[in-house]
Amino acid sequence: MNLDNANGFAPDAATRRLITANLMVTGVTLLLMIVAGLVMRVTQGGWLSLSADRFYELMTIHGVGMVGISVLGGLSVMWYFVGQYVQLKPVVLAINLSLFLVGVVMMLAAIFIGKFAGAWTFLYPLPATSGGAWDTMAAFWFLLGLLLVGVGFLLVSLEIGRALVAGYGGLMNALGWPYLFGVKGAKAPPPTVVASAMSIISTALALVGGATILVLSLINLLQPAFTLDPLLAKSIIYFFGHTIINATIYMGVIAVYELLPRYTGRPWKASKPFLAAWMGSTIMVLVIFPHHLMMDFAMPKWTVIFAQVLSYTNSFPVLVVTGLGALAIVHRSGIRWDLVNSLLFLSMFGWMAGVVPAVIDATIVVNSVMHNTLWVPGHFHFYLLLGLFPMIFAFMLHITRDRAVEAGAPGRLVFWVYALAGLGFVFMFLYSGVHSVPRRWAEHLPEWQAYARVASVLIVGVLLATCYFVGRFLVRFSRFLTHG
Amino acid sequence: MQQTVWLLTVVIVGAIALVFVYVAAQSGHKAEYAGVQARAYWYRSWLFWGLIVFGAVIAAVTLRELPYTAAKAAPAAQIVNAKGFQWYWELDKDTVTVGEPVEFRVTSGDVNHGFGIYDADTRLLAQVQAMPGYENRLRHTFEKPGTYRIMCLEYCGLAHHGMLFDLQVIAPGNHEVAS
Repeated sequence: MNLDNANGFAPDAATRRLITANLMVTGVTLLLMIVAGLVMRVTQGGWLSLSADRFYELMTIHGVGMVGISVLGGLSVMWYFVGQYVQLKPVVLAINLSLFLVGVVMMLAAIFIGKFAGAWTFLYPLPATSGGAWDTMAAFWFLLGLLLVGVGFLLVSLEIGRALVAGYGGLMNALGWPYLFGVKGAKAPPPTVVASAMSIISTALALVGGATILVLSLINLLQPAFTLDPLLAKSIIYFFGHTIINATIYMGVIAVYELLPRYTGRPWKASKPFLAAWMGSTIMVLVIFPHHLMMDFAMPKWTVIFAQVLSYTNSFPVLVVTGLGALAIVHRSGIRWDLVNSLLFLSMFGWMAGVVPAVIDATIVVNSVMHNTLWVPGHFHFYLLLGLFPMIFAFMLHITRDRAVEAGAPGRLVFWVYALAGLGFVFMFLYSGVHSVPRRWAEHLPEWQAYARVASVLIVGVLLATCYFVGRFLVRFSRFLTHG
Repeated sequence: MQQTVWLLTVVIVGAIALVFVYVAAQSGHKAEYAGVQARAYWYRSWLFWGLIVFGAVIAAVTLRELPYTAAKAAPAAQIVNAKGFQWYWELDKDTVTVGEPVEFRVTSGDVNHGFGIYDADTRLLAQVQAMPGYENRLRHTFEKPGTYRIMCLEYCGLAHHGMLFDLQVIAPGNHEVAS
């Protein structure tokens, strides 16, 4: 079993340093954000008395922080593995990290000094209309910080896009379309290249949309006479938000494509169904965002009907191709389980199963009684907590060559604590949604508090397990820096 | 609806979990990949077409009755104009009659709010967004008399969770109160 990089690939020292820095920021921020989430659930459970302004500040930082590190971690996975196939310029990673850190400082100042609590979705016109809770400049610094972070991510996406165009002669070639459509002599690109091409297309378009609405919102803050149509603003925000968070898991799954075959000796090749599935995802992930606007009755009816139908079909590639592909690679493979491949396997479960509550909520008649209840955080915590983050943890442990993770009892215990506590935690969100508990409420009615309390206990398990994963990475990252 | 959704989710997620547990349990044995792959392709075809048929049936059934009919239908007998503000609801009626459609004409005076109708058991019955510059029409027929509660379902600032309004639903005999 050769777990080293394919083809003897080893990233250069600059890339290693920058990937390490990205993962350190991702890991430490993740721990802090889980603590913020724990404080919110404990408050909702009535075990802690936190003022509403503090609660909503924490909610804002939790949302923007989790989305930020999901993208940062996902981009790190993608950059590392796609670097085997194309030539990337590490300076772009450095610019991104600098913009990220500057942007984060701005947002922290906006939240903890300026009291901004407009949520990471900054729904127009809330940033400018706080009811006296924060002033315009606090909103300004938050949105500007978010814009800087987004610009950094956009630069990384464009650099990967540039390298794919240079290496494969175009993004359509990198997506494998010539092979898919039977062009003579065309070869299928590696799955990592296909997933990277799809991810950077969706990420770049999402970020351009995000930057557009952020700039428009900033102008509105400085010049209130310049107003926006709230429905158009909301549509652009959800195009940005929905697409970017979905793209993170398309980046993260590259770790599964690259690593799982090394454990089983079974190659993961880009077949025609695989390429067709990624082509479908590329298109569908960009157009299904109106499922966030089903309760905006002013939306043209056809957009939300399409959103329902396409939300169903968008789940097929995950369930039918990638999910079954992972199961086939593992089934009767003689795999020797360790922490890395266990986390990768868990991540495929988290992604496949996390699709289920999402798709159900994308049904208009269900959305009528589930939208903006805790069902919604239930489904996105499902595929982030049990899908994306296990991919990132596995990547962290893999690159530090942490052989101690091999089938040891502590690792196995921590894995099960994470998996079961995580599953219980997300199911408490879903169960609360079934009981109509609204999302984003600082105080819960007495009859809802028990759900938040159970969730609080379970998230402690997730926190402890995450401490173990991130802690091992922090202790051993120097291995990656010196050996690559 | 909520219980059906819950049951469906638990069953499907449970089935996926069982497949993963089965594959993990079988992973210690070794078999030729070609054979495993052939079986996986067979399952893939069935799963693909099964999902197409299942999705088409669900879509056909659920898209028949959408909550958007009020905008184009004739006005209901009972009309309630509702407007959300940071952080209270302004409704021109606080009492409606059971068994007759009520048309809520919902908008906002400042930021986005969510107009959620909860019954006495704090179960969400229906909702619509309250957006500045737009009037969204939600039609609902109350089946039981009692005190219902309007709660805000779109984050709107620091007292979002305090945006509550009690709506009385009375028996038909008390029409004069409702008008």
